[in-house]
Amino acid sequence: MNKIWFWVPIVAGFFALLPFVAGDFYVNLGSQMMIAAIFALSLNLLVGYGGLTSLGHAAFLGVAAYLSAWFTTRAGFGHGTAALLSIIGTTMCAALFGLIALRASGLGFLMITLALSQVLWGLAYRWVSVTNGDNGMAGLTRPMPFGISIESAASFYWFALIVTVAAFVLITVFVSSAFGVSLKGTRDQSRRMAALGFNVWMIRWITFIYAGFWGGIAGLIYVYYNKYIHPTSLSITSSAEGLLGVIAGGSGTLVGPIVGSVLVTFLKNYASSYIDRWNMLLGFVFMFIVIVMPDGIVPGIRRLAGRLKEPRK
Amino acid sequence: MTAQNDIYALEIVRLNKSFVGLPVTQDVSMTVRPGERRLLLGPNGAGKTTLFNQITGEILPNSGQIKLFGQDVTKLKPHQRAHLGLSRTYQIITLFQNDTLQHNVAFGLLGLMPARWNFFRPMSQHILVEARRVLGLVGLEHLADRPISEIAYGEKRRVEIAMALAQKPKVLLLDEPLAGLSSAERNTIKKLIADIPRETSLVMIEHDMDTALDLAETITLLHYGKVIIDGMRDAVIADERAREVYLGH
Ligand SMILES: Nc1ncnc2c1ncn2[C@@H]1O[C@H](COP(=O)(O)OP(=O)(O)OP(=O)(O)O)[C@@H](O)[C@H]1O
Ligand SMILES: [Mg+2]
Repeated sequence: MNKIWFWVPIVAGFFALLPFVAGDFYVNLGSQMMIAAIFALSLNLLVGYGGLTSLGHAAFLGVAAYLSAWFTTRAGFGHGTAALLSIIGTTMCAALFGLIALRASGLGFLMITLALSQVLWGLAYRWVSVTNGDNGMAGLTRPMPFGISIESAASFYWFALIVTVAAFVLITVFVSSAFGVSLKGTRDQSRRMAALGFNVWMIRWITFIYAGFWGGIAGLIYVYYNKYIHPTSLSITSSAEGLLGVIAGGSGTLVGPIVGSVLVTFLKNYASSYIDRWNMLLGFVFMFIVIVMPDGIVPGIRRLAGRLKEPRK
Repeated sequence: MTAQNDIYALEIVRLNKSFVGLPVTQDVSMTVRPGERRLLLGPNGAGKTTLFNQITGEILPNSGQIKLFGQDVTKLKPHQRAHLGLSRTYQIITLFQNDTLQHNVAFGLLGLMPARWNFFRPMSQHILVEARRVLGLVGLEHLADRPISEIAYGEKRRVEIAMALAQKPKVLLLDEPLAGLSSAERNTIKKLIADIPRETSLVMIEHDMDTALDLAETITLLHYGKVIIDGMRDAVIADERAREVYLGH
């Protein structure tokens, strides 16, 4: 634990240097990685720590993004109020979805989360009067947090980095807390946890809501970055990319989702400009990871490092 | 006797449960006084574990009533019953494989503490210290920092019991605590169970007669989901029907 708090400022400081050494293309890529990382960190709460594999997490990213777009353009709210209302709305949406999805676990949970996000995806396409349908909502603006403009690539990157660090710290505190320990217990032996006095359902519901909250934060940064929102952000592809980041990096680890998201975003954006079929490439890379490091990159590297330190006896 | 003494620690009234047509609990009634040591006997498949599962709430009965200290808990969830002082161990070891022994026992403590809802702070040192103490009671303190996956089967059986003991239960259900153990290990656990304080009422399922009969004051004999006989230990042992079903091998 304490080791982590030692490394956070160092690693964050290191990442903060990127705009000084790289051009806008890479800085923007960095911002997208941050957004994907926040999203994957929030999804990891469910998948990695709760043992609840969701295939509908993009619902929260999308709801927050659409709410923010709607509040700023249609309702005429300022960014501060809009952000607050969007996050409250998204968190309430997560509370409702959790009530429905947590009637099941395992495959049932996965199917319900998928179905719920598909409903929202369909709604975003069809409810044209509110969402502008397939055209998406364009002409959005970025906020000016504390009066500071985040229009340039570098300033937005730093903004996204700050939010990512906050997400990492607060999610780490959550999973390391006594509650987080209970959450892991419900993942490993839910039946025994109940018999020991833990309210398994409530533990999962609270976690679902907290994950939805951070998914909503990811959605806000996402819509600020793109200044545009389209129904595809709510699609299964969007959810699956997050899941891919979590699993590739190492679900149930603190930094795994960040590593995984960086990789997925890199392949998606950078490699796609050289290779037409980036999806196929992503598939191959993912297969490689699953075969070589079945529990993901971070646990895989940790094991490798352990083996190097302690040569075979 | 005062009215206080009339309240049973555990009372089961005409409980029924069927699994898709197969009746596994048939009109079962049973009482356990505070401090009582009751042995639950019956051949394989008699429905003993299923009865435990209904007492803890992990399975809901089709009809009948379960009371803890006079309070009807039939509709309560397992975690609510745990907070009323009910603990159990499992016939099939149900531990947290990748966690240390200390951490496993700590779960037993945390489950009953308000601290389990603390979102900001890790489990307190106080809980970990207490977990170590309880491991000491079952003679496993020296393994406290090892993960469950690295310890022997007999030691896991002791962790099962330690987890329950940590909760200082008012009613403790032990499901075959001696299953699969060597005779030396059985004696260790037998002593452990004999030392459980009288504040805890015990119901124990056990096949090993030599050990079990020593610990029991009262016996309930189940057969095909029905209570065949119920009474004081010596009366049950002497009973013709008990011999037929079970003891007469
Ligand atoms: N979830 C379930 N679904 C269907 N049948 C079940 C279920 N659980 C138990 N049974 C059946 O109910 C009967 C009683 O099982 P139970 O485990 O209660 O027996 P037991 O008395 O504990 O036996 P043992 O001494 O072997 O542990 C068995 O025939 C078993 O196959
Ligand atoms: Mg059994």
